[in-house]
Amino acid sequence: MNRYPLWKYITVAVALLIGFVYTLPNFFGEAPAVQVSSNRATLKVDAGVLPRVEAILQEAQVAPDGIFVESNGIKVRLKDTDTQLKAKDALEKAFNPDPANADYVVALNLLTASPKWLTDMGALPMYLGLDLRGGVHFLLQVDMPGAQQKRLDSIGADLRTLLRDKNLRHAGINRDGERILINFRDGQTRDQARIVIDKDLAELNLVEQGSGDNLRLVATLKPESLVKLREYAIKQNINTLHNRINELGVAEPVIAQQGADRIVVQLPGVQDTAKAKDILGRTATLEIRMVDETPGALEGALAGQVPFGTELYNERGGAPVLVKKQVVLTGERLTDAQAGFDSQNNEPAVHLTLDSAGARIFRDVTRDNVGKRMAILLIEKGKGEVVTAPVIRTEIGGGRVQISGRMTTSEANDTALLLRAGSLAAPMEIIEERTIGPSLGAESIKRGFDSTLWGFVAIAVFMIIYYQVFGMVSVVALASNLLLLVALLSLLQATLTLPGIAAIALTLGMAIDANVLINERVREELRNGMPPQAAITAGYERAFDTILDSNITTLIAGLALLIFGSGPVRGFAVVHCLGILTSIFSAVVISRSLVNLIYGRQKKLTKVSIGQVWKPEADTTK
Amino acid sequence: MELFRIKKDIPFMRHALVFNIISLVTFLLAVFFLATRGLHLSVEFTGGTLVEVQYEQTADLEKVRAALGKAGYSDFAVQNFGSSRDVLIRMPLKNSEGQAAAEQGTARQGEQVMAALEAEAPGAQLRRVEFVGPQVGKELAENGAMALMLVIVGIMVYLAFRFEWRFSVSAIIANLHDVIIILGFFAFFQWEFSLSVLAAVLAVLGYSVNESVVVFDRVRETFKKVRGMNTPQVLDHAITSTISRTVITHGSTQIMVLSMLLFGGETLHYFSMALTIGICFGIYSSVLVASPLVMWLGVSREQFVKPPKAKDPNVTEDGACV
Repeated sequence: MNRYPLWKYITVAVALLIGFVYTLPNFFGEAPAVQVSSNRATLKVDAGVLPRVEAILQEAQVAPDGIFVESNGIKVRLKDTDTQLKAKDALEKAFNPDPANADYVVALNLLTASPKWLTDMGALPMYLGLDLRGGVHFLLQVDMPGAQQKRLDSIGADLRTLLRDKNLRHAGINRDGERILINFRDGQTRDQARIVIDKDLAELNLVEQGSGDNLRLVATLKPESLVKLREYAIKQNINTLHNRINELGVAEPVIAQQGADRIVVQLPGVQDTAKAKDILGRTATLEIRMVDETPGALEGALAGQVPFGTELYNERGGAPVLVKKQVVLTGERLTDAQAGFDSQNNEPAVHLTLDSAGARIFRDVTRDNVGKRMAILLIEKGKGEVVTAPVIRTEIGGGRVQISGRMTTSEANDTALLLRAGSLAAPMEIIEERTIGPSLGAESIKRGFDSTLWGFVAIAVFMIIYYQVFGMVSVVALASNLLLLVALLSLLQATLTLPGIAAIALTLGMAIDANVLINERVREELRNGMPPQAAITAGYERAFDTILDSNITTLIAGLALLIFGSGPVRGFAVVHCLGILTSIFSAVVISRSLVNLIYGRQKKLTKVSIGQVWKPEADTTK
Repeated sequence: MELFRIKKDIPFMRHALVFNIISLVTFLLAVFFLATRGLHLSVEFTGGTLVEVQYEQTADLEKVRAALGKAGYSDFAVQNFGSSRDVLIRMPLKNSEGQAAAEQGTARQGEQVMAALEAEAPGAQLRRVEFVGPQVGKELAENGAMALMLVIVGIMVYLAFRFEWRFSVSAIIANLHDVIIILGFFAFFQWEFSLSVLAAVLAVLGYSVNESVVVFDRVRETFKKVRGMNTPQVLDHAITSTISRTVITHGSTQIMVLSMLLFGGETLHYFSMALTIGICFGIYSSVLVASPLVMWLGVSREQFVKPPKAKDPNVTEDGACV
C-alpha cells in the first residue's frame, strides 16, 4: 500500500544523480593555472593564439595539464605552483616584450581540476566569495552632483558663446547649485534668447523670473537628460576602471554597477591594496598638442637630442612622435568621443565633440595648421602616450571633429574608448573596502566545513539511535539535502561566502525538523493503535501541512534577508532560501520513497523500526 | 528509546500567567539594557576601519597600542581575536574636523596601520582590512530595519491567512519579544552586533515562528476532532503532544549551532551565539507565551468548526482558516 509509482522513484533517482554530478567538481579541488587575456580591445585572444601559447610552453619545457580557449582568454592548467610560475614567466616574456607597454594580461589563476567531461557539462565547483579565497573588494561611490555641476559649468560656457554668436546681450551667466541663472536687462532680449537656447540646447528646461530691468532665465537640466547624464557617468567610469584594472593582471576581476550611483570592484587574489587603490584612483588626462615636424628634429631626438620645448612620445602601435610641450586643448573640453563611420567614404572613424570654448580654440588652431599633424595624448601617472596623431586636412569649426583614415572598426572603438577614458566622467570615492588575506580564507573554509561536518555527524548519530531505521532514512534524506544544495549552488554559480557556509549548516540543522515531525507523527499513530502501513501513510500525510507551514515562515524571513540584505547577509540569505527549497523535497519526497522501498512491499507488516513506541496503557495499571 | 513518556496532558495553561510574567520580566530587562547600554554595533553599521593582523608568537597588545599611539591615532580599540596571536584593531571614522583629506585618508588607514606596526611591533601579517564609509553604515542599518519589518508583516499575513488573526498576533508578539531578548543579551554583554548577527536574528525569527505554527496546527486539529474539551485543555493537549518533537528538533538545530560555536572560529562566534539564545527563548516563547496569548485573545471551537456561522461576530467567513 505504501508504494510510489515508478516515475516517482525515477524522479528521485534522477534528481540525486544530477545532484551528485554537479557536486562532484567540488571534490577535485583547483589546480594552478596561467591565464592570457588581452589588454586591448583591438587584440583578441582566441583559438588563433593557441599555437603560439603551445610553442612558448614547449620552448620553456613546461608540460601543460590542459589548455582551454575561453571567451575571456586562454587558460593553461598546470601541475603545481612551480611550473605555474615558470609558465607565467615564459608567457609574460613572450607576449609582453616591453613590460611598460603591455598588450596582454598574463595572470596567475586557479582552474578546476575536475575531468574534462564534467567541465563540458557545465559542472563547475562552487564560486567562492572573496572572504573565502582572499582578495580585495571596493565599493566606489560616483559623485553624481559633481558630474552634474561639471556638466552645468560646461553648459554655462556654451550659453555665453551661443548668446555672443547671436549678438544677444546678457547681464551675466552664473551657476547657482543645480541651476544656471542667465540675467537680462530687457524682456525682448530675453524672449529672443529663450528661442535660441530652446533650439540649440534642448537638454535645458527654462523658467522666466524677475521683473523690470532685472530679468532672468533659470535653466535646469531636464529630468531625462539628467538620467542620461547619470547613466553615462556610471558607464564611463566602469569603462575606465576596466582599462585600469587590466593593468593589474587580475584573472577574474568583477566590475559591476550597484544601485544608481555605485560601482563594485572585486579583485580576487590581489593583496597589494595600495597599488590597487592607486590604479583605481588614478586620474588620466587627455591633452591635444601639435607635433613638431621640423625636418631632422625627430631623428635628433631619437639620438638623444630632444629639441627645447618638445617631448618624445610613442604612438600607440609603435612609431615615435615628437610633440610640442604647449597644450592646445585638455580633455575637459571634450564632451564625447564615439566610434562611427566617415559619412563620405564609409571608412571607420572616431567622432569627437568639443564644448563651445574648445570648439573655438580648435577652429583657430586648425585654421593655422592645415596639413600639419596634431597629437592626442593620454597622460596617466605622469606617463604619456600618443593615442593618435592625425593630419589636419582642413579648418574645423563647430566643435565636431572626425578622426579617420587607416583605421579598422575595432581600432576606432578602442581609440574612442581611450579618449573617453581620458578623464573620469565624475570623481569617485571609496566608501567600502575589504581586504582578506589568503590564509584567512583557507581557514574560514576549513572552519565552516568542520562545523558542518561535526554538526551533521552528531545529528546523524542521534537520529539513528533514537529512530533506528526511520532515523537512518532521515539521515539519508538530510545527506541528499546537502548534496542537492551544494549541486544547486555549483550549478547557479552563486557566490559562496562564510555566512553562506554557516547557512548550509543552519539549514541542515533546521531541515531535520521535517523528518522529526514525520517520525513523531508515525510513532503517534502507532501509539494510537494504527497498523504500521497505515501509520506511515497517515504520518507522512498529516505532517506535510505542518512542514509546509513552517518552511514558508522560514522562507519569508529568508526572502526578506535576500531583498534587503547586502554583502555577508546576502550570501547567507541565498543559501538559506535555496536550502529551504531543497529540504522540503528531500524530507518529504526522498525520505518517503526510501521508506516505501523498505516497507512498502511487505503486505503483512507488523512492526516497523522507529525506535521504541511507548504506550501509556502498557505502563499504567488500569 | 522514547524520551518523553507523558501520560496525561501537562496543564501548561494553569501556569500561563507565570510564564508570561517571566517572559515580561526578561523582556523588560532586555529593553532596560538596550536603553541604558545600547548595542555595540560593528564597523559595518557605524562606519570605520577594522584591521586584523596575525603575529608568529603571542602578540604584545601594549606594543601594538603604543605603535598606534605613536602614529597619531587616538580613538582606537585593540583586542585579541580568537587566539592570542590574532589582533583586531578597530578605528572609528574620522569626523569632519579631523584631517582634511578624510575621504582618501580613511580608506588608506589599513596601510598606515600596517606601516606603523611594522615600525614598532614588527612581524605582523595582514589578515583582513575592512573599511566602511558613513553612508554605507547608515544604509545597512536602514535595510536591516526594513528586512525586520518585512519579516514581521510577511509572517503575520501568512499566519492570518492560514489560521486566524488571533494566532498571527500572538505568534508575532511571542517571537518579537525573542528578538528583543536576543538584542538585550547583546547589549548586556556588549557583544559585537554585526550584519551576520542580524541575519541570525532574522533567521531565528522565521524559525521559531515554526514552533508556534506546529502547536497551532495541533490546536486546530484538536478543536475539530475532539469534542468536550475546553480551550485550555485543547491547548494543553496540543502542546503536550508536540513537546517531544519540539525538544528533538530544537535539540538537533542546537547541535548544529553548537558545532558552529565550537569549530566555526571567531567570525561565526556571535552568529551562533545569537542563534543559541534565539533557539532557547524561541521554544519557551512560542510555546508557553504564544499559546496563553491565543487563549486570552479568545480562541474557541466555533472559529474552527464551520456550520454554526455568525455566532461570533469576530470570525470572518473566509474558507482560509479551515
